[in-house]
Amino acid sequence: MNAVTSLPEMAPATAEIFLAVAGIALLMFGVFRGSNSLRTPGWLAVLAFLVAGILVVARTGTDDAFFGLFITDAFARFAKVLILLGSAFSIVLSFGYFERERKGRFEYPVLIVFATLGMLMMVSANDLIALYMGLEMQSLALYVLASIRRDSLRSTEAGLKYFVLGALSSGMLLYGCSLIYGFAGTTSFAGLASVFSAEGGTSVGLVVGLVFLICGLAFKISAVPFHMWTPDVYEGAPTPVTALFAVAPKVAALALFVRVLSGPFGDLLDSWQQILVFVSIASMVLGAFAAMVQTNIKRLMAYSSIGHMGYALVGLAAGNEAGITGVMIYLSSYIFMNIGTFAIILGMRRDGRLVENLSDLSGLSKSHPMMAFALMVFMFSMAGIPPLAGFFGKWYVFMAAVQAGLFGLAVVGVLASVVGAFYYLRIIKIMYFDEATQPLDARVGGDLRAIIFGSAVITLLFLIAISPIYDKAQQAAISLLGA
Amino acid sequence: MVVQALVFYLFAAVAVASGAMVITSRNPVHSVLFLILAFFNAAGLFVLMGAEFLAMILVVVYVGAVAVLFLFVVMMLDINFVELRQGFIRYVPVGAAIGLVLLAELLLITGAWTVAPGIPNAMGAVIPPAADVTNTHALGGLLYTRYVYLFQAAGLILLIAMIGAIVLTLRSREGVRRQSILVQNARRREDAVEVMKVTRGGGV
Repeated sequence: MNAVTSLPEMAPATAEIFLAVAGIALLMFGVFRGSNSLRTPGWLAVLAFLVAGILVVARTGTDDAFFGLFITDAFARFAKVLILLGSAFSIVLSFGYFERERKGRFEYPVLIVFATLGMLMMVSANDLIALYMGLEMQSLALYVLASIRRDSLRSTEAGLKYFVLGALSSGMLLYGCSLIYGFAGTTSFAGLASVFSAEGGTSVGLVVGLVFLICGLAFKISAVPFHMWTPDVYEGAPTPVTALFAVAPKVAALALFVRVLSGPFGDLLDSWQQILVFVSIASMVLGAFAAMVQTNIKRLMAYSSIGHMGYALVGLAAGNEAGITGVMIYLSSYIFMNIGTFAIILGMRRDGRLVENLSDLSGLSKSHPMMAFALMVFMFSMAGIPPLAGFFGKWYVFMAAVQAGLFGLAVVGVLASVVGAFYYLRIIKIMYFDEATQPLDARVGGDLRAIIFGSAVITLLFLIAISPIYDKAQQAAISLLGA
Repeated sequence: MVVQALVFYLFAAVAVASGAMVITSRNPVHSVLFLILAFFNAAGLFVLMGAEFLAMILVVVYVGAVAVLFLFVVMMLDINFVELRQGFIRYVPVGAAIGLVLLAELLLITGAWTVAPGIPNAMGAVIPPAADVTNTHALGGLLYTRYVYLFQAAGLILLIAMIGAIVLTLRSREGVRRQSILVQNARRREDAVEVMKVTRGGGV
């Protein structure tokens, strides 16, 4: 028979296939168990992520599967490990929260497993349709997760807002894809790359399609001017879900962004570089200035993540190997600082109720000295103070921008991070120098303490691990640009 | 050939006529029924063109699901269609003008249609020769082998949508009395019926 009816190559996608089967099995387990306790299905999901992670790192080299729709390379493996880590941490974070609120549902870890599957498919996408499928799979699961506390007005509002705006951005992305398909005649990344590298391969229609594609992806990483949904969704969604939003989908969407722009559209650098420079500057500046006036720590983290995405985009805008290496290092430091900070936010309880105001942190250094110290580490790291994790991410992306000749971008980035340092330092000031009105609850769950401790240690000692991480990130960048 | 042409004109004429009836008939239920007739005739046209899979899909999806949904909506919503149609004559010129503009655009597009060189090669690679296989077979071959990844992903997305709908809407309420057939069947006459002697004027 001809090639059409032969079996596709599936081995490179083992981790994704395993995760899909695990998600369905977990769903069956939850249904037949008939209990809404979160702990057993949650730990099983973490186990599934662990196995998937092993399956991911077990592969070497660059392979494609399913007739070129799917690709695994060093870049995909790096991003997938970060995504799996972020998802696993956010499940562990949620146990205490849902047990206290008595709103646990076994579908919660199942939806996270499917969302993670979508993210893995995004970073491995090698075709515009595969890209869209992965993106929709993660988005759909995340819309449901945002409104999982369906009795809470704020949670449902967050879910609805996220859904409507997400659908709009998917529409823009699809419109861009259809224009690109119409003008290039193919949806596969390899095919697109060969069309663009040919003489006269670009046209105005293609660039318009590319702009729409960038708009859709910028929405997913909440870069300015597509950031409006972020503070509301972060504030309204249940805090463990916010922790997930801040980490895994950001890594996945940014990795997808990098793969799309530097892979098939690599030869159109001149067309997209100016857009990215603008988006990056706007995100860094807005992230720095808008966060100053926030009083709610979840909203503050939303603006902080907008700013962080701006810094990461600096590396992408540079468009060279050093830039992509910088983005990957930035993302690896970003997930640990964020997970740690959200673990501390989840530990902020007064009389058993979660509190989210910055002023509630006052006097934390007296009541919870270790937690205050950990939060100080995370805040210094986010501000980019050496030798903490966040410094290295910023260092490498700014170096790449300078290498690519984008001096203005690098200067604005450094200035924005100085401004941003103000509100990170303000949190430290509140913790250490303000008098407590009423202390927070003394007891913080064991899961939370373990995660806070672990992320603080990683953030503190990033310096030691920087050379292997740099090597891996550089391999990832080479695997993406090498061809 | 003559028979084929005759059948084509029969299907086409009935399709156009029922299309006109959809927008002119007074009773909205009749409109939906004419719509179904139009769908059937369009399916017949597809069969004439050799696209039997598309014809069957049209019947199954549009007649079987969409039209029935329309029928439900029309019958359940209390809409005064006569009122909606008022001013029809007044707006005809505007509608006709818009229609003409769209027609002109369509003609311009088809007139200026160009295909970049090399694109037919990129697209043609996935399509098997039409003479060798039926189009159901060809579509199945593509869907379940070349695009099996996307097909399965779409299935998982639908599964997520289903889980999401259940998570967000299903409530298990306390104190709901459900029918238990086992208990119903196990009930004996003695448990349920009691014969009483009622004294005159006394009541039970």
